[in-house]
Amino acid sequence: MTMTLIADAPVDVDAEGFLTDPEQWNEAIADAIARENGIPELTDRHWLVVTFMRERYLATGAAPSIRALGKESGVPIKELYQLFPKGPAKLAAKIGGIPKPKGCI
Amino acid sequence: MSRKRIVVLGGGTGGTMTANRLRRRFDEEEAEIHVVDRDDRHVYQPGLLFVPFGLARVEEIVRPRRRQLRKGVVFHENEVESVWVERDEVLLDDGTVLPYDVLIVATGVRLQPEETEGLTGPGWNERAFTFYSPDGAAQLQRALERFEGGRLVVNLVDMPIKCPVAPLEFAFLADWYLRERGIRNRTELIYSTPLDAAFTKPIASEHLAGLLSEREIELVTEFNAGEVDGVGGKLVSYDGRELDFDLLVTVPLHGGAPYVERSPGLGDALGFVPTDRRTLQTPVKPNVFALGDATDLPTSKAGSVTHFEAEVLTENVARYFAGEELDAGYDGHANCFIETGFHKALLIDFNYETEPLPGRFPTAFGLPLLRESRLNHLGKLMFQWVYWHALLPGREIPGLGPAMPMRGKKQTTTHA
Repeated sequence: MTMTLIADAPVDVDAEGFLTDPEQWNEAIADAIARENGIPELTDRHWLVVTFMRERYLATGAAPSIRALGKESGVPIKELYQLFPKGPAKLAAKIGGIPKPKGCI
Repeated sequence: MSRKRIVVLGGGTGGTMTANRLRRRFDEEEAEIHVVDRDDRHVYQPGLLFVPFGLARVEEIVRPRRRQLRKGVVFHENEVESVWVERDEVLLDDGTVLPYDVLIVATGVRLQPEETEGLTGPGWNERAFTFYSPDGAAQLQRALERFEGGRLVVNLVDMPIKCPVAPLEFAFLADWYLRERGIRNRTELIYSTPLDAAFTKPIASEHLAGLLSEREIELVTEFNAGEVDGVGGKLVSYDGRELDFDLLVTVPLHGGAPYVERSPGLGDALGFVPTDRRTLQTPVKPNVFALGDATDLPTSKAGSVTHFEAEVLTENVARYFAGEELDAGYDGHANCFIETGFHKALLIDFNYETEPLPGRFPTAFGLPLLRESRLNHLGKLMFQWVYWHALLPGREIPGLGPAMPMRGKKQTTTHA
């Protein structure tokens, strides 16, 4: 774990750049991480997903899988991939300032 | 205590083992025990892997559920309509209402191939198959017999799946089978997975990725299958990548049993039942417990897990009736043999905290861990007998307890 500056705020991140303490997150950090990962601007649809991920993580201690995200967030899986290219669950978690979702076992 | 009524939903590995253990624990004056399942066919599921290669036939791995239950366990051949958690009652499809003092959810998972676009359309069971059901495995056996080479894609759509090593084992056995038939040089074998490595755990992943490359099986990672064209032979990922196939062997999406969704508060979005990872009690109500593939626990969906859980669960049902504190004894322990073909197999053993490590199981003189050996293959073959004759009746098996043994394991401190 290392400390780094994102959007002028000091945050703790893991080796892959996921925040390890969700308390250190703010919206400016989200924008900065999004830009760095190829999303120039976060739309309302992005925010819907990011907020859903974050709230679910804070309430249950675990980030939802991509399938649960598709079923419960109201954003279909296909669109999730358009919004967050490559890995929607991973990227939305990163932008939302929560730890990397654990792959299932 | 006054006579209790225990209802077990599901007569598979977990339900049968638990009902039999509880029957030994309580005499008939103390508790009546009911098991509900929609059919009377108990499948020895590890055997399904061997069916496509003609190494086992479906009839050899299926037995009546009823016959696996001890005397004094009542079997209901019914679909569950729903569970009324507040009223402590289960409604069956014929209108029967079963009240309970303790409910045990052991209904496993259901396969959902229809959730992947195009998978069950044209080409299903012609060019695209799964060996995760007895019928699918039998159809695949006939297709493999006719197969004369081309691109064979093995795929798992998304986690969680039962027995996460099974698709890898399928790829290894396919390599062996195709070599035996002399058509391996005419076949490209591809293993595609949504994971970022061959398996979920780092050290085992490295070993398994090594084996894949030794066998010239191409590994495609982070491939989230979203669409199948069973006629054109194309598997398409959500991010637009394509894999052409002549034969597709896929492990479809898994969800919980349908009644879970019809029972308010019981399950999550995918129909799995949230369960305490140590005690196996569910948060929905203190008299509802769950085990096996039906739970949302962060461990493998596998028979070995269910077996270790059953011991803790039986103890906790007794403690619940006695008003005692529950045993937080389940540690996520899982172990599995991984068939690698050529009469060899690997063994892995792990729990919530410890990933599969090299060494020997259960002690320094036991079976080799994370290494191919004939002994492990024989262990896997012998296991069917152990399953029907010791595991399901609920007998204790020396050396196979719920707590994961560390004695034979080589501990590594650093790892790339």
